[in-house]
Amino acid sequence: MKKIIALLLAAAMLMTACAALADEAFIIGSIGPTTGPYAQYGSAVENAAKLCADEINALGGVQFTVLGEDDQGDGELAVNAYNKLMDEGMDILLGTVTSGACMAVASVANEERLFMLTPSASNDLVNQSGDQIFQVCFTDSNQGAGSAEWIKANRPEAKVGIIYNNALDYSIGITNSFENTAKEIGLEIIAKSAFSDDAAADFSVQVAAMKDAGVDFVFLPIYYTPAITILTQAKAADYAPTFFGVDGMDGVLEVEGLDQSLVQGVYMLTPFDATATDEMTVNFVTKYVELYGATPNQFAADAYDGMYVLKLAIETAGLTADMSYEDMCEKLVEVMPTLHYKGLTGDMTWSADGTVSKLPNAVMIEGDHYVSAE
Amino acid sequence: MISFLSHLVNGLSLGSVYAIIALGYSMVYGIAKMLNFAHGDVIMVGAYISFCATQYWGLPPLVSVLCSMVVCTVLGIIIERLAYKPLRQAGSLAVLITAIGVSYLLQNLALLIWGANPKVFSSVISLAGFTLFDGQLKITGEVVVTVVTCVAVMLLLTWFTGKTRTGRAIRAVSEDKGAAQLMGINVNFSISLTFAIGSFLAAIAGVLLCSSYNTLMPTTGSMPGIKAFTAAVFGGIGSIPGAMLGGILLGLIEIFGRAYISTELADAIVFAVLIIILLVKPSGLLGKNVQEKV
Repeated sequence: MKKIIALLLAAAMLMTACAALADEAFIIGSIGPTTGPYAQYGSAVENAAKLCADEINALGGVQFTVLGEDDQGDGELAVNAYNKLMDEGMDILLGTVTSGACMAVASVANEERLFMLTPSASNDLVNQSGDQIFQVCFTDSNQGAGSAEWIKANRPEAKVGIIYNNALDYSIGITNSFENTAKEIGLEIIAKSAFSDDAAADFSVQVAAMKDAGVDFVFLPIYYTPAITILTQAKAADYAPTFFGVDGMDGVLEVEGLDQSLVQGVYMLTPFDATATDEMTVNFVTKYVELYGATPNQFAADAYDGMYVLKLAIETAGLTADMSYEDMCEKLVEVMPTLHYKGLTGDMTWSADGTVSKLPNAVMIEGDHYVSAE
Repeated sequence: MISFLSHLVNGLSLGSVYAIIALGYSMVYGIAKMLNFAHGDVIMVGAYISFCATQYWGLPPLVSVLCSMVVCTVLGIIIERLAYKPLRQAGSLAVLITAIGVSYLLQNLALLIWGANPKVFSSVISLAGFTLFDGQLKITGEVVVTVVTCVAVMLLLTWFTGKTRTGRAIRAVSEDKGAAQLMGINVNFSISLTFAIGSFLAAIAGVLLCSSYNTLMPTTGSMPGIKAFTAAVFGGIGSIPGAMLGGILLGLIEIFGRAYISTELADAIVFAVLIIILLVKPSGLLGKNVQEKV
């Protein structure tokens, strides 16, 4: 009998200890595709968020617990994941990773008043899904416009063509703003060709369309997986224009088995460079490689920055972990536009509608790293 | 004209890959009367094995293809033994659902083992291509090897099922399991052998698919798998020349649809053609219209 009572008492003590622990730390949810075709992006965000939480916790001060959930990049699964995390006591959501899923979650979270900071959902409509959602990454229109301006300024003679994915919000958004800006500033686009699925394997027709139209500058507002096949098939067709990608192209150098000659001279607009030598980048990349055995991509960098932005916002707003998530949300929404944070992906400030302002940076692949493109 | 020819070549190449996958589907359906939806994922495993053999173990490309054939064949037999054999007497729906389950199992195992990041598969084909019409039309070594392999596989399978003892035993099993068993044919062995052949073909298809279209992910096999299944139905499921014809036609329709109608609607066109063919000829192009005896 004594033994049972002792055990019960021990259990009770353990539970109070756990409860106290949970109350001291902010519970940060991370929702993204960690399986399925976009798994590399969701895993990068979750890995980086956990790495960053450990780093911040070691500093003392604000404490974080990161809980990750898989949504396969799908809206319905993302809302399920959101509900599960809410049951587990989520305070703030660092996510979600993909735009479509993010908008689905944002509308629910807006009603329940949970603060969201998405590392990578870049669609322009993401910010319009609620006043409590902020972005760490560029919006798609930012990238499209930035790319068109860069080309006009640096390659005014280019005969521009576009290959884009018309089944992906990200790609459509960038393409639209690229075309609009191009029209405004007088950059001529002479060919445009779409494909409809990320699983699409054959791009010979799109490549032929560019070649036949006489395009010498191909804009690729897509992820790097299809881009690699496009580069391969262009090479097979003896077609060698200049290729220009956006942040979805980032990470291409880390793809295992890549023939690096394929991507030499490819330009891209990206806020993060894993080969940079500043202390912050080196620290992050070394730790990430040590823990997960792969070089972090831009999604990982955005998530890492996102965690530090949350830390800064929490400190500025004077939040404590025992507050309700509604109160946290209200205070965070107030302080976000006043913040200034310099992270891995550049100098960031936010407007009240949740859009981040940071400088797009054009780079070119040379050897196994990026060099600044001029 | 040149661009037409180049689309034709690309269509033949894509179609040949579909055809090899479709042959695997068709074999298994013809004999075991089940749709092995995990077939596309065996392709993916085959490609990964070949990738590992060249990248990690430093084996020459041809040996890596052999490795991948061996692993896939064994995998096919294991899948049949563990997942499908216990369901031999069960309804076709149970088997179908199991096949989908196996497909997801393989995809997620690949995700665990090889991770989510895509890998670039370097072509195992070292044959140099050639050019025609003063260098205007380029035909790569991959295209040549893919088309030749496809025809060779089709001819070998036709010969095997038509002329050899084992092949005839397999056909007997497909006609009537009970009667075949009474005649002294080992039904279990025949079905296992069919799966082994199907998976062996999947390994070839995986290597050829990734040699031409070089990114490799855990989901790489699913879309080609579905298209090849369509090709098998299109040509008449269960028929060996039908699978080949269906595959090649599907590849050509896809590429020409993309080139001359719309790059975005290519898949819709492919499946629309399938629906029309099935409305006009429900058993597929070369399929036999077998009457069920009561």
